[in-house]
Amino acid sequence: MNMFNRIFLFLILGTIAVFASGTIDGEIVKQDLNMSAIVMFVIFVGATLGITYWAAKRTKSAKDFYTAGGGITGFQNGMAIAGDYMSAASFLGISGLVYLKGYDGLIYSIGFLVGWPIILFMIAEPLRNLGKYTFADVAAYRLRQTPIRSLAAAGSIATVILYLIAQMVGAGKLIQLLFGLEYEIAVVLVGVLMILYVTFGGMLATTWVQIVKAFLLLSGATFMAIAVMAHYDFNFGSLFAAAVDMRNTESLDIMSPGGLVSDPISAISLAVALMFGTAGLPHILMRFFTVSDAKEARKSVFYATGFIGYFYILTFIIGFGAIVMVFQNPAYLDLAKQAISGGSPILGGKNMAAIHLSHAVGGDFFLGFISAVAFATILAVVSGLTLAGASAISHDLYASVFKKGKADSMAEMRVSKMATVGLGIVAIFMGIAFEQQNIAFVVGLAFAIAASANFPILFLSMYWSKLTTRGAVIGGSLGLATAVALVILGPIVWVDILGNAEAVFPYKYPALFSVTVSFVSIWFFSVTDKSHDGEAERAAFEAQYIRSQTGIGAEGASEH
Amino acid sequence: MTQELVDKIKNNPDYQELISKRSSFSIKLSIAMLVVYFTFILTIAFSPETLGIPISSDSVTTIGIPIGIAIIVFAFVLTGIYTKRANGEFDDLSNKIKQAIKED
Repeated sequence: MNMFNRIFLFLILGTIAVFASGTIDGEIVKQDLNMSAIVMFVIFVGATLGITYWAAKRTKSAKDFYTAGGGITGFQNGMAIAGDYMSAASFLGISGLVYLKGYDGLIYSIGFLVGWPIILFMIAEPLRNLGKYTFADVAAYRLRQTPIRSLAAAGSIATVILYLIAQMVGAGKLIQLLFGLEYEIAVVLVGVLMILYVTFGGMLATTWVQIVKAFLLLSGATFMAIAVMAHYDFNFGSLFAAAVDMRNTESLDIMSPGGLVSDPISAISLAVALMFGTAGLPHILMRFFTVSDAKEARKSVFYATGFIGYFYILTFIIGFGAIVMVFQNPAYLDLAKQAISGGSPILGGKNMAAIHLSHAVGGDFFLGFISAVAFATILAVVSGLTLAGASAISHDLYASVFKKGKADSMAEMRVSKMATVGLGIVAIFMGIAFEQQNIAFVVGLAFAIAASANFPILFLSMYWSKLTTRGAVIGGSLGLATAVALVILGPIVWVDILGNAEAVFPYKYPALFSVTVSFVSIWFFSVTDKSHDGEAERAAFEAQYIRSQTGIGAEGASEH
Repeated sequence: MTQELVDKIKNNPDYQELISKRSSFSIKLSIAMLVVYFTFILTIAFSPETLGIPISSDSVTTIGIPIGIAIIVFAFVLTGIYTKRANGEFDDLSNKIKQAIKED
């Protein structure tokens, strides 16, 4: 562990050096150095590196590395799932959306939540009973390993990398604003810390970083919501009245649905992407293997849904709090921008609404706390993502496809660590490359791929006896290709980024179409599969179904 | 799992009871969630002004707000209902099946 100590020391010193050098002549967007934020962030980094050190000593086998030894409780896992899901994008983005559009922010967060009950009723239990480390274990349970694992790994890695780009760019910009650091330094710092957490501490460190972060985020958001409500004697009516007053709108348009979803097709397509996409996110699915059995897996979803739902209610209050306390408050306005374009633009853009509100209710100290929490949130989310991507590379591609299941556990873990470092470096470069790009499509595309490639294969492999390898591979690939093609031809990429006049595909959210393509072609190419292998795969369903429903023979249960 | 064991579990009345009870329970709960959510989302798509009706004549608060919060609470309550029954009744049945296999 000597090497770890040295890296630890290097990192602390490096962090201090980086912060000390951050004062060089600022750009327009860069803020002054924020000392309380930096102190709290250094404390967080120190604590999480401590967790990583502790976890590293307990991470000895591949099972420890991928699943924290399967010993996480339902409550802890629920908190960690919530930590994975409550990204900085949802904290700052949804409160910013509420700040700007009011009710539309609530519509958005409800969409992100309703996938969870469906995951519990349909996915969680069979996933836990059939799988070992990745969701491809389940999809490939009775199908041919090589093609299914390759496709599942492609879907996982694509989702992970897209998500990572969004997180890294978000991290760079946020840190520039919050801490007054250079964009590149921020991106490298996030990349290096994440590599340390994952390579040394594996799933155990990642899980505890998520839990600590979820706790800090929920506490901070609760404090902000209470502070806002206290101004209005805990009366929602008065808060809303003040907000409407402040916005000075004649109609009540922040209190009712606006333009977020304008036509029925977009509305349904967004709903499909959010519901099925959540159930196909590799870093979320992987969390179900960290608990001992189906009982704990169910509890995980129950607690996670509670934490996430509570968090969304808080962001709604925080968004309205920002309307009454930040909007039109000269301290938070971007005066340079106002002089040019008028209106009341806030410093750093709408995503900074929650950050400014934290200053309005709690002063510099609390601003520092929330800034540090926002940064910690990004660190935790990228760690979970990277671990999921690295597992797809080492467990699905290396051990199952390349070594045909004959890799020894130590070699597999080494590959996993190398993959983590590789993904970390890719994330750093992508983060820097995409700094000036419009990345609005990135998370939408990640959800579309998860919903159209990962979810249909996983779901049908669990429940449909007639699924064959041919159907899953052709259908899943078509779903993935359709999702990518429709995003490129849709309004965000084709018009906003590529500058064409009109979109070839008129809808922003392709999921309704790509998910349909995926399911229909999986069905078609499975039922028309007359091969001998196909017959054997159908015959193997019964035994798989029994295990998925009862846990007989499941991983973990058989080990004592 | 041998074919012999598969057949034995399949013919176990506890297994049949578990599968039929749990399938119908999880399908019912899923449909409940989907109906509530899609009603909400389609109301927004076809008739957004419905959710913009004030809860009382002198209030700016619209019915959309308590409805939205209620959907979040509903989703949580559904997961609680499922978890409680599955961790009790369904797991008891699973354990009985496992016990029956061991006894042979």
